[in-house]
Amino acid sequence: MRGLLAFLTLLVALLFAVSLLIGPAGFGIGESLSALFGNGGEAITLVMQEIRLPRALLAVMIGISLGLSGAALQGFLRNPLAEPGLIGVSSSAALGAVLALQTGLAAAFALALPLAALSGAGLAVLLLLLLAGPRGGSLTLILAGIAISALAGALTALVLNLSPNPFAVSEIVFWMMGSLADRSFTHVWLALPFMMLGWALIMTQGRGLDALTLGEDAAGSLGIKLGQMRLILVAGVAASVGAATAVAGAIGFVGLVVPHILRPFVGARPSALLPASALGGAVLVLLADIAVRVAVPDRDLKLGVLMAIVGAPLFLHLIYKTRRSMG
Amino acid sequence: MATAHQIGRCILVSVGRSKLIAPIWAALIMVGAAHADAPMRVVSMNLCTDQLAMLLAAPNQLISVSDIASDPRMSPMAEQAADYPVNHGQAEEIFLLSPDLVLAGVYSDPVVISMLRRLGVRVEQIGLVNALDQVPTRIEEVGALLEQEAAAQTIIAQYETDLANIIPPQTGPRAEFYYPNGYALGTGTLSNDILTTAGFRHIAAEMGRGNSGRLALELMVLADPDLMIHAELYPAASRSEEIMTHPALKALPAAVTSSNSDWICGTPAVIAALSRLVELRLELEGS
Repeated sequence: MRGLLAFLTLLVALLFAVSLLIGPAGFGIGESLSALFGNGGEAITLVMQEIRLPRALLAVMIGISLGLSGAALQGFLRNPLAEPGLIGVSSSAALGAVLALQTGLAAAFALALPLAALSGAGLAVLLLLLLAGPRGGSLTLILAGIAISALAGALTALVLNLSPNPFAVSEIVFWMMGSLADRSFTHVWLALPFMMLGWALIMTQGRGLDALTLGEDAAGSLGIKLGQMRLILVAGVAASVGAATAVAGAIGFVGLVVPHILRPFVGARPSALLPASALGGAVLVLLADIAVRVAVPDRDLKLGVLMAIVGAPLFLHLIYKTRRSMG
Repeated sequence: MATAHQIGRCILVSVGRSKLIAPIWAALIMVGAAHADAPMRVVSMNLCTDQLAMLLAAPNQLISVSDIASDPRMSPMAEQAADYPVNHGQAEEIFLLSPDLVLAGVYSDPVVISMLRRLGVRVEQIGLVNALDQVPTRIEEVGALLEQEAAAQTIIAQYETDLANIIPPQTGPRAEFYYPNGYALGTGTLSNDILTTAGFRHIAAEMGRGNSGRLALELMVLADPDLMIHAELYPAASRSEEIMTHPALKALPAAVTSSNSDWICGTPAVIAALSRLVELRLELEGS
């Protein structure tokens, strides 16, 4: 377990460095790193500090948020199909963000953007947990998720279509697929406080999630309050997924793939899966963001495209495995 | 940097267009009635032909212009366009206007154009303008189609006089266009010609970019321009436009201005764009 976390941390650090070294400008390694710490030409320093650094940081932050949220939702619902992107949490967050941007609220008050995305995500998680119940029946969860995704996606498209800004319509794909291209420190500072709050809230629930694996009654007898736990998880997932989506659009499948891969290594213990999934999420998003830049350097291929190519087959595999319980 | 910004904004506000274009309006008043066999129900469905037609047509000869002709962000003749009924480039509405001539651009919807032609409507497509010396050709073409050759010659003469008054220096400040989504113009464009005629060096030429296209933000920062030309912002927000206010660009010591409706079409309005740029260059060189 310790070894796994150390390995994942090392992998995050390595990929973070690779992410900083990739870009159309093609500097040497030494040149890039010295510019990163402010010892270089003015323009190179700007590129490293204001363009590449925030991008790599956001990949890590968003990866942690999505990996952690996926592991938490799966633990609480005891269902491997629960994932913020698939069950409509991310698309609801995107709807909130788009509303804040298009109404001008975000221009008047910068925090309106993450707050609106957080509200959207929060409403979706709350609705899902109420519908699916503590037992998290797969069928209810997936069907409710499909409905919420479809509605949020349609409303996002509607808002962007009605925008007086001619560029808005072409950005539907950004909000549904997500991208880290040309983000800046403005976005890092906007998202980080909310994400950290979300991470902290989710991490406190490790013991409760462990107890829940024994069943609700056993968890109750161990002093776990299910209602309170649900509220804390709703707030945690909403804050981290909301902030991630507000700055980078909805990136799906991270929260599905990462806990699935890591679960065997942590002995299926949710409390151990949480930190591992957080780091694993960072690894996956960094990898995806490096891959889109290497594969099609000047096209801004959306991260969600890559994640779906990796994640959708796994999702189908999971449905195949759980179809009996889905009836 | 703040002063450079202010200079840029100041100039945009202070140099009006009215003085520069006035002779063209004077020329317009002299336009006589159309010839007897000239087309008398002309419909234009393209922003650029809209402007040329409004400049050249005799009273009542032009019966409709496109809807964006009255958008001040796109059209330097938005006020005049407000006097005309608009069309939205749809075959049905244009056919119902029973035009005897439809003016379209080379990139106007080919389905609409072929449908109109099938219905027996005469459609003429006017080419793009990629350089300042092509402006007279387009004016002449539209003038000939409307049978307003004399008016066309008056406008061309004025345009050429205005253009000749702008003498570019050999080495000016280095400038680059940077539009939403990181779209940068290449050297084969009308805007390139406006920029270089105003005495700037276009960074696209250094980079060997003939075609317009996406230029990575990193490369834009490294290009270290003296002047960045952005597009005017539309209302409400878009991620596409956000790139123009990226902190890395704002940290550059470059002056910033934006191109407006005068830059879009090859009409005499380009003279106004040129004059503003020349003023801006003199300010930059003076500072």
